[in-house]
Amino acid sequence: MCLAVPGRLIEIIDEGDVAFRRGKVDFGGIRKEVNLAYTPEAEVGKYVLVHVGFAISVIDEAEAQRVFQYLRELGALKEELGEVPQ
Amino acid sequence: MKFLSEYRDQKAAEQLADAIGKKTTRPWTIMEVCGGQTHTIVKSGLEDLLPREITLVHGPGCPVCVTPIELIDKAVSIAQRPEVIFCSFGDMLRVPGSRKSLFDVKAEGADVRIVYSPLDALKLAKTNRDRQVVFFAVGFETTAPANAMAAWQADHDGVENFSLLVSHVLVPPAMEALLSSDHCVVQGFLAAGHVCTVMGFEEYLPIAEKYKVPIVVTGFEPLDILEGILMAVTQLEEGRQEVENQYSRAVRREGNRPAQERISEVFEVSPRQWRGLGEIPASGFQLRGRFQKYDANLRFPFSGEPGRESPECIAGLILQGIKKPHECPAFAVKCTPENPLGAPMVSSEGACAAYYHYGRRQTHDVHAELPSPASR
Amino acid sequence: MADAKPTTFTLSCPVPRVADDRIVLAHGGGGRLTHQLIEKIFLPAFANAALEERHDGAVLPIPGLRAGSRLAFTTDSFVVRPLIFPGGNIGDLAVNGTVNDLAMCGARPLYLSAGFILEEGLEMETLRTVVSSMREAAAKAGVKLVTGDTKVVDKGKGDGIFINTSGIGVIESGLANSFERAGLQPRHQEQKETGALALEERPAISPSAVQPGDAVLVSGDLGRHGIAILSVREGLEFESPILSDTASLWPAVEALLNAGIEIHCLRDLTRGGLATTLNEIAGDRDVCIKLEEALIPVDEVVQGACEILGLDPLYVANEGRFAAILPEAQAAAALDVLKKVDVSRDSVRVGKVEAAPGRTVVLHSRIGGNRVVDMLSGEQLPRIC
Repeated sequence: MCLAVPGRLIEIIDEGDVAFRRGKVDFGGIRKEVNLAYTPEAEVGKYVLVHVGFAISVIDEAEAQRVFQYLRELGALKEELGEVPQ
Repeated sequence: MKFLSEYRDQKAAEQLADAIGKKTTRPWTIMEVCGGQTHTIVKSGLEDLLPREITLVHGPGCPVCVTPIELIDKAVSIAQRPEVIFCSFGDMLRVPGSRKSLFDVKAEGADVRIVYSPLDALKLAKTNRDRQVVFFAVGFETTAPANAMAAWQADHDGVENFSLLVSHVLVPPAMEALLSSDHCVVQGFLAAGHVCTVMGFEEYLPIAEKYKVPIVVTGFEPLDILEGILMAVTQLEEGRQEVENQYSRAVRREGNRPAQERISEVFEVSPRQWRGLGEIPASGFQLRGRFQKYDANLRFPFSGEPGRESPECIAGLILQGIKKPHECPAFAVKCTPENPLGAPMVSSEGACAAYYHYGRRQTHDVHAELPSPASR
Repeated sequence: MADAKPTTFTLSCPVPRVADDRIVLAHGGGGRLTHQLIEKIFLPAFANAALEERHDGAVLPIPGLRAGSRLAFTTDSFVVRPLIFPGGNIGDLAVNGTVNDLAMCGARPLYLSAGFILEEGLEMETLRTVVSSMREAAAKAGVKLVTGDTKVVDKGKGDGIFINTSGIGVIESGLANSFERAGLQPRHQEQKETGALALEERPAISPSAVQPGDAVLVSGDLGRHGIAILSVREGLEFESPILSDTASLWPAVEALLNAGIEIHCLRDLTRGGLATTLNEIAGDRDVCIKLEEALIPVDEVVQGACEILGLDPLYVANEGRFAAILPEAQAAAALDVLKKVDVSRDSVRVGKVEAAPGRTVVLHSRIGGNRVVDMLSGEQLPRIC
């Protein structure tokens, strides 16, 4: 029920009221039509999180890197302290 | 797949597990709220990577599981009407009612259809004007914007043969109910990432403060959950009780404002029965104002016999994390996905289903026999 | 009036229409229209001496049959919906499915029968397409369709086309049959320098030969057929469509046999996918099959479709893939052989057989944890083949 999948917005179809704004989202090769009413800021090329046919968030790409940045620092710290690298 | 596959990386997982191991000096009990998170944990064998001091308990984050049995009975009775096309997410079909499930009546000839979006149900209403299309609107706050939009578009387009059987439940009241219970063993929470994508996480601040528990908004991939656990354990070890956001690539503090506005337009907060937990005040949504005309509860009168649960089902204890599925005497013996006694065994997010599918058994806990990765 | 059920009899016009564009009940009646159907559609497609006899049954030579040979015999029915899907149709499945069941016994597929149950109202064009595919698949697989039957059911009582195919194949001498194997230890001679056992010495290919220590291989990536079917049912749009992997597996099996590889078990991965097949074997033999998630091949787009639909690729049907369980010492050689054959060019090792915990398939996940891969409960995907 909380299944939400990220995909890349490849096309926007505006149709009058924002409630009907739709887009085509690519999920690694599969294209689906998605309602964009809740992500007015979404642009073509950006990634959105899609749940039951609706985009509920635009993925913040900088934040997405955060955990990997943290792990890089962790790894660098280990080397600095002379710990055996994993 | 981008923004999915990277969060399943083995090296990164090992590093995070290692960091958790180094941080942990005492036993801690952490609850992940959402069923989707439970499934990731069990499916990836994530607990094998954690130090023994960390106990994960599984929360009531399965809206299918907590839908009251009376509502299942009502859905079954509506679906049996010849004029009705009853639409639902796939999960709901096998949930046992007092006597039957939607799957049973479908096999008997009722027009029950699986849809992936409430807008699919609305489309059916538009193309089947001579039928009554009813959508089983089950979900947490995550699904409310979609259901709100379906009602809103129906109203906008003047569709009359459409209605929603609403079973929306809200997470913060459930967490409070859990925390205020005498049985509560939970010391830290991984909050439901997709619920917070919609609602933001401001409403968790008073909870963290009142009950003195760290709450970390967490995603659904293995790295998300490991990072969420690391953040929760760090807070616990440092004696902090704050709300933090692990799932920052999708969740903002204020959440999704347009979605919240649409929800407020269509729904209002109401008391709700939670199957297995009882009634929790102000813990659900119901249709309001001009959208009440789409309430299937009002449109289809129901004789309302009280629901009858299986006496052996301990779903309530499972949903509060007091017992684990394989500790239930009926688990995998009398209660299986083909013959479920309660909802957690059939929902894709149910803890019992997760344990069953991924190998935890009562008399023969296969998982316990598996060699674990080298302990830290 | 429209809903009134027929009471004592139904009227039908005594003059048979020359129904060219759709199947009518009379096509199944055994009379002129049935005859027309056979002459116009089935015979031209499958032209061979046995069929042309137009007899009730086919009398057949069995090439390669000599003392010690065994016949393999199998049957399968096909009820897939939709009838036509990306990469094939029910006809391809009907031929390849039965050919593959024979191949999994180590038998060279030779002859097929085909029984058709057609629904009144089926478009003749659809039948032609299906039959044409069957002809091509049979030719590719080196099998002849030598006998068949056609029935027609009332509109609403069938789903277009149901097909049953039965098949005969021959297992070259030396491989003991399953009756003989029961209760006997496999006869192994001392392995020669090449490590390969000669034809006469090999035990039968059947799950009963599976032992702890064996390696588990799969012949290619998983989930294509199931996703191809679902892409039609769910209206999924693809950048480049996923095609069903329906194909004859005999060339791969033949290559293994010719190379003298000792094989313990071959199983195709149809309904229920790899997980179901391996669970059956683990259950039968009371062993543990341990899989490495990182090694299991799944195409990125297929994976994406599974994510969206909430499916696990381990359970998704395949129609051109098999698992091979064989002694560890033979695994490398087997992979070499398989990779040279087109249908198994992406073969890869995915796991191994262990003694305990019995009756279980275990997955070592990408992130390093373990979980059990259970039998499928309920129908994940109905009418998939």
